[in-house]
Amino acid sequence: MFLVKENTVLNPNTVRMTVEAPMIARKAKPGQFVIIRGDEKGERIPLTISGYDAAGGTVTVIYQTVGASTLKLAEIPAGGYLCDIVGPLGRASELDGIKKAAVVGGGLGCAIAYPQAKYLHEHGASVDIIAGFRNKDIIILEDEMRAACENLVLLTDDGSNGHKGLVTDGLKALIDAGAKYDVVIVIGPPIMMKFVCRLTKEYGIKTVVSMNPIMIDGTGMCGGCRVSVGGEMKFACVDGPDFDGHLVDFDELMKRNRMYRDEEQHDCNLFREAKEREHNA
Amino acid sequence: MPNMQTDKTVMKEQAPEIRRTNWLEVACGYTSDEAVNEAQRCLHCRNMPCVNGCPVRVKIPDFIAHVAKGDFEGAYAVIRETNALPAVCGRVCPQESQCESKCVRGIKGESVAIGRLERFCADYCADKRPEPVRAEPKGKRVAVVGSGPSGLTCAADLAKRGYDVTVFEALHTAGGVLVYGIPEFRLPKSIVSDEVKELEKLGVKIMTDVVVGRTETVDELFENGYEAVFIGSGAGLPRFMGIPGEDGNGVYSANEFLTRINLMKAYRYDYATPIKHHRRVAVVGGGNVAMDAARCAARLGAEKVYIVYRRGENELPARREEVHHAKEEGIEFRLLTNPTKINTDENGNVCSVTCISMELGEPDASGRRRPVEIPGSEHDIDVDAVIIAVGTVPNPLIRMTTSGLDTNRHGCIVTAEDGVTTTKEGVYAGGDAVTGAATVILAMGAGREAAEKIDGYLSAK
Ligand SMILES: Cc1cc2nc3c(=O)[nH]c(=O)nc-3n(C[C@H](O)[C@H](O)[C@H](O)COP(=O)(O)OP(=O)(O)OC[C@H]3O[C@@H](n4cnc5c(N)ncnc54)[C@H](O)[C@@H]3O)c2cc1C
Ligand SMILES: Cc1cc2nc3c(=O)[nH]c(=O)nc-3n(C[C@H](O)[C@H](O)[C@H](O)COP(=O)(O)OP(=O)(O)OC[C@H]3O[C@@H](n4cnc5c(N)ncnc54)[C@H](O)[C@@H]3O)c2cc1C
Ligand code: SF4
Ligand code: FES
Repeated sequence: MFLVKENTVLNPNTVRMTVEAPMIARKAKPGQFVIIRGDEKGERIPLTISGYDAAGGTVTVIYQTVGASTLKLAEIPAGGYLCDIVGPLGRASELDGIKKAAVVGGGLGCAIAYPQAKYLHEHGASVDIIAGFRNKDIIILEDEMRAACENLVLLTDDGSNGHKGLVTDGLKALIDAGAKYDVVIVIGPPIMMKFVCRLTKEYGIKTVVSMNPIMIDGTGMCGGCRVSVGGEMKFACVDGPDFDGHLVDFDELMKRNRMYRDEEQHDCNLFREAKEREHNA
Repeated sequence: MPNMQTDKTVMKEQAPEIRRTNWLEVACGYTSDEAVNEAQRCLHCRNMPCVNGCPVRVKIPDFIAHVAKGDFEGAYAVIRETNALPAVCGRVCPQESQCESKCVRGIKGESVAIGRLERFCADYCADKRPEPVRAEPKGKRVAVVGSGPSGLTCAADLAKRGYDVTVFEALHTAGGVLVYGIPEFRLPKSIVSDEVKELEKLGVKIMTDVVVGRTETVDELFENGYEAVFIGSGAGLPRFMGIPGEDGNGVYSANEFLTRINLMKAYRYDYATPIKHHRRVAVVGGGNVAMDAARCAARLGAEKVYIVYRRGENELPARREEVHHAKEEGIEFRLLTNPTKINTDENGNVCSVTCISMELGEPDASGRRRPVEIPGSEHDIDVDAVIIAVGTVPNPLIRMTTSGLDTNRHGCIVTAEDGVTTTKEGVYAGGDAVTGAATVILAMGAGREAAEKIDGYLSAK
């Protein structure tokens, strides 16, 4: 059992959770993730480590409440317990030697990209962050991101805050204005990563993406997380989750992530119904 | 005068049409009377050929003599001297190619049902186990990586010798293949957890949710005060076939399919992990893993389940009993057949698998006749899921992160003549991590051998 130190709602569907897990906190590096199982009957879900404190022995994740498991996770009060948290999993991002980087985050992807931006910034690289959100109500980590870069371009789809537009527009504008990036790191929904990669390919800029296929064990024993990279089969949980964005097959990722949609909808509705019944009683 | 009945005493089983709809154990086990009757078939051969067929050398005629007298607890004590997991071995060992293959009674009839008797004793004593005596502490710490049969056996033996043992397990439940691979209807999970509890009574600490190589490396274990390390991390990395269409929705490795079912209990609606209930399923492969996956698919309600295997009936590597059970449950065998392509519909879901027929040619390096494709024999089988059970190899995590640990080109840990001493000082290994996918009892034998070697190493240090 692992003690939940905080589980704070950041906006209506985003929660930040800090868990006591000293062994993981000691080893975590940017780009790695944990697998969490909330309760005995729960499923194992992967979440990126968005912060870690080796001295305090805690790790922090930021997650979106999109289905039954994450909704249940959000119900655990501070002082409550998680059944399991295991990690740090995946390879750490390769960040050494980078001098100038663009870190592109889409929605919740910003929480996943933030540790990388912070690491680069702290290690003397020049970092631009391009962060995109659907609207201003769901902006997260604005202050933290601002502190981790030279230049934060905040965009919203509807223009309710920052610039109106998509992250691809923001990135293109910076490149066209003369920014010379060693690397573009992009994390967000597959469709967004796909379009950013299409753009950077035109400019011939190396691009790293973080893949988020469906996972079970996260240790390389099931192959549920397999993705195609340059025509080869890779297991995202051990070979990734970071991959060369110009080599990955995003359409396949999107197709595979839809696999359990019916089952998940069912589970999620059951959970919501039960909650409503409880509420009405 | 021994009981000269030529056949084994029959063990009750759930009827095929009933068991196909539930997850309860297929084989019901002997009653006391049946066990005594079967035990009386043993001739107590002086040279004990059966014992030579047992990788951990259970004193077979000895324990059977106790059973014949109705002294089941005495029998269990004899078995436990050399076998740490009798309830497991009695159920899953391929006795037909081990102890029972050597049994004298097998020459003119059926061998003594050694496995069933072992199982009976363990089940009979499940709630009558004496409190284990803890050994005098030696004040030395040993780390065991992996809680499969090799790790559990090694840990038990070391604890009995007074070492302070910690088992590190990547998953959230201890047991290795016994919990995530072999299904409930062959090996109830409560039996595995009981065995793990016994181990804890011996003073072994089990830390789940620790991935060695990520959470802590082998080198760091030494830095943290462990004086020897046993690696029993298995061969859990699934192989795919490299044919087109393997990225389709509805294509699984057997490991994924079985893990969802056994470890995550996806077949139960009160557990959160989802699983698809497919209509027509092809399982590729002919080993125990393929049989387990096929029989699970049937229990999830599939109308039609095929085993697709490139060699013939005689070459099926699965245990005879499992093949027999699968057939009884209506699984259809498409032998001498090999998939060449998995076909998907416009949504990316599997709709069929293209196969080619094979014939057996000359024997290959393994001595088995090599299957050769028959040109022009391609045909489609209409399925909505394909489960790949063509083998597993050791996971690369430990070899990638441990200095000085040699592995061969299959990724298996290289050991000295004794089978357990690795190229790194203080590090021993055994089970599937060394041999590649093998059997429970061989993994246990290696765990025991390693405990012996570790004791020698630490005593001399
Ligand atoms: C390496 C990795 C890191 C991740 N990091 C984060 C993170 O930091 N924060 C965060 O909020 N989410 C992260 N995710 C996604 C997160 O795992 C899923 O949102 C979560 O599993 C959904 O669980 P659920 O039961 O609440 O929803 P479900 O009911 O399982 O699903 C709801 C919807 O999400 C889709 N979905 C399910 N699993 C995944 C998945 N693994 N990736 C993408 N979509 C999925 C389903 O198809 C469905 O449409 C990460 C995924 C991976 C693989
Ligand atoms: C479906 C299936 C059916 C089978 N049926 C039979 C049968 O009927 N009879 C028979 O004799 N054999 C059978 N086998 C084979 C048998 O189960 C294996 O040979 C045996 O379990 C090997 O034991 P092991 O201890 O070497 O490894 P495993 O049982 O594989 O255990 C290894 C453990 O190590 C853990 N681990 C791996 N890497 C790490 C790491 N880096 N850090 C921490 N922990 C780690 C794993 O999670 C796992 O729990 C079957 C196998 C399968 C898959
Ligand atoms: S070989 Fe068969 S009959 Fe002989 S001692 Fe062993 S079990 Fe008994
Ligand atoms: S999640 Fe199972 S192999 Fe990656």
